[in-house]
Amino acid sequence: MNVIVCVKQIPDPALPGELDPSTNTLKRDGKLILDESDSYGVEMALQLVTAAGGGEVSLVSMAPNDETSGLRTALAMGAAKAVLVSDASLAGADALTTAKVLAGAVGKSGDYDLIIAGTESSDGYTGTVPEQLAEVLGLPSITFAKTVQITDGTLKVDRQTEEGYDEVTCSLPAVVSVTAGVVEPRYPSFKGIMAAKSKPVDTVTTADLGVEAVSWAQQIVSVEDAPAREAGEIIEDDGESFNKIVEFLDNLKVI
Amino acid sequence: MGIDNIWVFAQETEGEPVSPTSGTLELLTKARSLAANVSAFVAGDGGAVAAVLADHGAAKVYATGDLAGALPGVAVASAMQAVINGGETPDLIMFPQSYEGRDVMSRLSVKLDRTVLTNSTSITVDGDSVTVQTPIFGGSKLVNSTFTGEKPFLAAFRPKSFVAEGGAGAAGEVVSAPVGDLGTTGGATVTAVHVEEHTGPKLDEAAVVVSGGRGLGEAEKFEMIESLAKALKGAPGASRAIVDAGWVPYSYQVGQTGKVVKPTVYIAAGISGATQHMVGMKGSKNIIAINKDKEAPIFGIADLGIVGDVHKVLPQLLEALKSRG
Repeated sequence: MNVIVCVKQIPDPALPGELDPSTNTLKRDGKLILDESDSYGVEMALQLVTAAGGGEVSLVSMAPNDETSGLRTALAMGAAKAVLVSDASLAGADALTTAKVLAGAVGKSGDYDLIIAGTESSDGYTGTVPEQLAEVLGLPSITFAKTVQITDGTLKVDRQTEEGYDEVTCSLPAVVSVTAGVVEPRYPSFKGIMAAKSKPVDTVTTADLGVEAVSWAQQIVSVEDAPAREAGEIIEDDGESFNKIVEFLDNLKVI
Repeated sequence: MGIDNIWVFAQETEGEPVSPTSGTLELLTKARSLAANVSAFVAGDGGAVAAVLADHGAAKVYATGDLAGALPGVAVASAMQAVINGGETPDLIMFPQSYEGRDVMSRLSVKLDRTVLTNSTSITVDGDSVTVQTPIFGGSKLVNSTFTGEKPFLAAFRPKSFVAEGGAGAAGEVVSAPVGDLGTTGGATVTAVHVEEHTGPKLDEAAVVVSGGRGLGEAEKFEMIESLAKALKGAPGASRAIVDAGWVPYSYQVGQTGKVVKPTVYIAAGISGATQHMVGMKGSKNIIAINKDKEAPIFGIADLGIVGDVHKVLPQLLEALKSRG
């Protein structure tokens, strides 16, 4: 049972985001970390491989530079190896280009039974890459999985819907996108962190993958400030502040 | 030339009675203000929803017929591609920013080799040029992006970006658009559908929304949120943090990856105001925030902010509301 996990390295979301003034795209030249929403996929993959009694977890990732610190986190959790497509021409790439590039990276990763991705990245959040990747590879897909099981070579997923969930079965190989909370991601152990330093990361360019025409049919024309919402009255609770809320609701005639 | 022909991916609600989602009707209303020819594209036979879609502007309702358990993403995209290959020329295809909307759009994007722009909240058309606006950084900045390639353009819009209005009086002619052979991509089958029961107003339609977050401390305390919502005839909501922690189901989640709400009053209790959350509620007409930490970002957008302990303020508030009867 081999599982490939798509992971993204992103600027630390705890720091304020910044746009590159020349391109209006997100600045990614600082340190990049593993997108937390991808840690669920890595954990799910590790659990599926353990349950199957053998196989390995491989990572595929794309970056405009050769940053690997986020990949090392996923390797420290237990993934065996990674393919990183690193190419300056990918800066600002759209989701369709990303899916084509990741499909190329999947082709470099050996045999697989399943590909797992997060539902959307925490920085760009276009939210289409997993399903686009499935279409590029000609595979079935189940998006927004909140549970994932493999029994006798069949994938079984509870898929989140707006009004509940669907039970879905699928043949393998397939692409699954997992929601946050599907599993509790493990913390890398010290041993894992040390081992990750020597795990193979195959850094390739788009040319190495034979992915051509790296361009995309969208352009940012401008960025503006949203109309600010003014803060109102802020008070410290003195044991009576609930009256303020009652008064506020009363004025709006909702009570 | 120009944007004359717009398709809208029309999504149906899962429970009975079947109706188009509110996001679908919002997009149809917007589409008919932009173009003379508007069509809806629906998974299923379309019969139950064609009249409402027509009332919101759909002259044609392309219907795939029963999907026989296939997930809509790949099936509807395949049907759309077949209609386009048959000679139809939509200039723009609009999708609700929903699970199914995202899936159909993603599959079609690859089939037609077109880029996608998602999470948008407005659209402007100028001749052949289509520009969409997308909030970033928790809604503090707005990015205007334009399509530079071949039509059709593919764009997804967040719920409540536009206001749905009926009365369009369009024909709503149902046109069969069958799904072709999906080959290896059609391997997924829905075997059971579960719709969560809920009472009271729906989260994205309620006039009052009361949401709880980590500040509640433990899952059991969410009961205070439920009680307050009930007392105000509103709906309970939640931050992503407590949904991820398993305290409440995902259907409660307000935010970027959950519901977008714009109630008359939004009460945020024990929610600090992560970007992810604020995107889903900052359109509320009035915001009340209760949080221990006076530096919490939520206070930056609150009309009334109480720096205090939700475990003290909420029970007092409930008691006061109860005594008013």
